[in-house]
Amino acid sequence: MSKRITIITFIGIILVATGLAVATCVGAKNIPLSTVWDSLFHYEDTLDMQLVRNARLPRAIASALVGGILALAGAMMQGVTRNPIAEPSVLGMTQGATLAVAFVSTNASMYGLLGNTMAAFIGALLSGGLILLFSMQKAANMSMARLLLAGTAMSTFFISMASVIAMLNNRSQELSFWVAGGFRTASWKQVMLLLIVGGIATILSFFMAHKINIVSLGEEVSIGLGVNPVKIRFLAILLLIPMCAVSVATAGNIAFTGLIVPHIIRKTVGQDYRYVMPLSFLLGSALLVWADIAARMVNIPYETPIGIFTAVLGVPVFILLVRKEKN
Amino acid sequence: MKRYKLVLSISILALILVSIVALMCGSYSVSFGEVIQTLLGNGTKAQKIAIFSLRMPRIITAVFVGISLSTAGCIMQSVTRNPLAEPGMIGINAGAAFAIVLLISMKSSAYYSELSVSTIYMMPFVSMLGAFAAAFLIYFLSFKKGVKPTRLILVGIGVNAGLNAAITLYQLNMSKGDYNQALTWISGSLWGSSWIYVKMLVPVVLILLALILYRNKKLDLLTLGDEMATGLGVSSSKETKILLCLAVALAAVATSVAGNIAFLGLLGPHIGRKLVGPKHMRLIPVAGCISGVLIVIADTASRNLFLPLEIPVGITLSLIGVPYFIYLMMREQS
Repeated sequence: MSKRITIITFIGIILVATGLAVATCVGAKNIPLSTVWDSLFHYEDTLDMQLVRNARLPRAIASALVGGILALAGAMMQGVTRNPIAEPSVLGMTQGATLAVAFVSTNASMYGLLGNTMAAFIGALLSGGLILLFSMQKAANMSMARLLLAGTAMSTFFISMASVIAMLNNRSQELSFWVAGGFRTASWKQVMLLLIVGGIATILSFFMAHKINIVSLGEEVSIGLGVNPVKIRFLAILLLIPMCAVSVATAGNIAFTGLIVPHIIRKTVGQDYRYVMPLSFLLGSALLVWADIAARMVNIPYETPIGIFTAVLGVPVFILLVRKEKN
Repeated sequence: MKRYKLVLSISILALILVSIVALMCGSYSVSFGEVIQTLLGNGTKAQKIAIFSLRMPRIITAVFVGISLSTAGCIMQSVTRNPLAEPGMIGINAGAAFAIVLLISMKSSAYYSELSVSTIYMMPFVSMLGAFAAAFLIYFLSFKKGVKPTRLILVGIGVNAGLNAAITLYQLNMSKGDYNQALTWISGSLWGSSWIYVKMLVPVVLILLALILYRNKKLDLLTLGDEMATGLGVSSSKETKILLCLAVALAAVATSVAGNIAFLGLLGPHIGRKLVGPKHMRLIPVAGCISGVLIVIADTASRNLFLPLEIPVGITLSLIGVPYFIYLMMREQS
């Protein structure tokens, strides 16, 4: 078992490292690796180096962080609800954040006050908190079908509201870019936000891994072992809200990452969340870094929405999970 | 029986009343008396145009879309024995909408060009194709030693998500004019309904409805469960397939004129079941009328709330539908 963990860690680190390197080198303009190196350590004011420093690098780092955070959030949600399809976008959380963005970006005074990122962050915090509190307490005892139907209904509702707002202000196509997600606007400011808020929540969540292990065994077992599942679930929600909020604020609505990665990790290393959670973070990073490279490279110089790639990978995993469900 | 007749006549009356109100409201408002006068042939030219060539075809289209979606919902709920099943949620409407989006992005090149008549006539077939492809995919993916109703719905939700992602891809590559046209189908709207739509929609819906009502007894038996139905002499897997096909066809026709309208197939049948019980011979007509009333109200609201802008009726309906849906789930759990 521990051999597998080493192998996966190794693969993950290599994928993330090469991904970051490739992401900074290739694009609408290819930049040699030596220039990338120079722009990090011997910075001169040339166009290529500016491109690396101010556009490519923050984007690559943001995609790695968001991928890691989303996958980790998925793993945590699945652990505490004991429901293999729990995930921020499936539960309608990212869609709630989209509504908040639509509302703020069409309202000039609020937009001036907050800007898109902060608006999305606050929106995601509010709507996400609401949904998580509502669904997580119920999700623990809900069958897959109910949770999914509730999530689908919630997301339809939020997207509908967002569409109305966008349409009335003649912004619908801009909104659909947001719904599709992506890292077009990634900047150092967002990387800082991700590092501070997401980083703290991520580190704290690793300390909860052994408690999540116990909760994932079931309500009775967990109480028997002296861990109050309701309390752990509540703490998990407290950590999940800022985690989802920063990733939605940076990258919009990227679905299925939190579904694919933890599923694959659990398949290979088993159910121990002390390993599942950090490995999910690592492979989630790898997934989104490479998906973002694909999004930029498939149709140069246009961008393909990154959500398409995660959906292409995610839908089959989803159907696989659903087919396994017994009742 | 007496109660059924009462409920049916009240809902038909409500449908007529709502339609008259819908004829009255709009950016050019017509009073009740004038509507009656115009219907009798004594209106001014402006009133005639507003009522006969703009509002009337739209309302008739709305009513028939309501009837077909509600009937499709009724069948799906009975066949899968899940009260939350609905063609919009499990990806069938999305399949039809995806096919239409493909057609539009293939056919239209100019920025604000209008769709040609031949394209409009092609739409029902294309959307039918899309809907059946989606239905087949869902059926195939959920097949594992037979098809279990719950698995069908769950797989459907997954397929729905996939199709929506594909639709988004096309949406983003469109020019703004095409995008707005496609949006009509994706969110569900009756904008631009004309008599051509009515001529195409009404006969198809009536034929399908007749085929379904002819099977109403079998549908009743299927509600009791596979074993019971088989015991009572209904070949359950065969009848399930036929009825699902009819439901998919209805959903596809409705989607071809009105786009992806979710939740209507849920609201009508549920209210109908509360009023007249689960027997399909009674349920289908009542649920159809109620869905008709709902969609006409929602459409009138979408046209008038934000004058001169119009929002897609599918969005208005989901704003009403989702809270009701969540309420249903909560109540069922306790």
